[in-house]
Amino acid sequence: MWVYEKKLQYPVRVSKCDPRMAKYLIEQYGGADGELSAALRYLNQRYSIPDKVIGLLTDIGTEELAHLEMIATMVYKLTKDATPEQLEAAGLGAHFVNHDNALFYENAGGVPWTATYIQAKGDPIADLYEDIAAEEKARATYQWLIDFTDDVDIQDSLRFLREREIVHSLRFREAVEILKADREQKKVY
Amino acid sequence: MYDNQWREWKPYVSPLDPCPPMRIKRYVVPPNQYIPFQPMNLPQFPLNEALFRGTLWPALYSPYPSRRATKGG
Repeated sequence: MWVYEKKLQYPVRVSKCDPRMAKYLIEQYGGADGELSAALRYLNQRYSIPDKVIGLLTDIGTEELAHLEMIATMVYKLTKDATPEQLEAAGLGAHFVNHDNALFYENAGGVPWTATYIQAKGDPIADLYEDIAAEEKARATYQWLIDFTDDVDIQDSLRFLREREIVHSLRFREAVEILKADREQKKVY
Repeated sequence: MYDNQWREWKPYVSPLDPCPPMRIKRYVVPPNQYIPFQPMNLPQFPLNEALFRGTLWPALYSPYPSRRATKGG
């Protein structure tokens, strides 16, 4: 179970009225390398992975949910006061027709989130390598998003999220090292 | 059948589990995990054996016994 704290992991301030940016931020909400994919991927892998790294997956998977909230907050702030005309001008006309101002788990191209974005191979090394790759891809996405806005407040929050991807990648690589341990241990069956 | 490429761990077993527990689970760590960049002049298999095994170098060879053939755990 989880305990919820009614605050964001890191402050989200949006200082520029720019609904266009919401369309791109949604990539990290419902995209293949987004926070929903990350959270569900890690929290699902926990069950069949060796017990030494279950806690790590729980912690990082939970943090990804906190990141999901931050992205959602950005998108919400950017779109909540937009008229249909403004949404259409921002490239969100199709989104408006389908969802009004509601958020939806989709990527920047409007493709709905799908479970095929995540994997659970059952082999601990393969699963952790997917996690490492996912963190690096999410880091890259944050870079391109930072490149795509001149709102310094959004950039600040995105830089925090990008840094977390760097830390998570290292933690997953440490988990691989943990699972590689006791190499010399000879076993007789 | 399990060589030193295999690791084992003991998953939690609940007194309330519906099925007989598997007390030991195993996974394989293939040898590429320990070779960040392959050094020169590693020992080699004879060529016909290399073709059969899929690699020229014993250091990279990872046998994978079928877990289906084993009894018990």
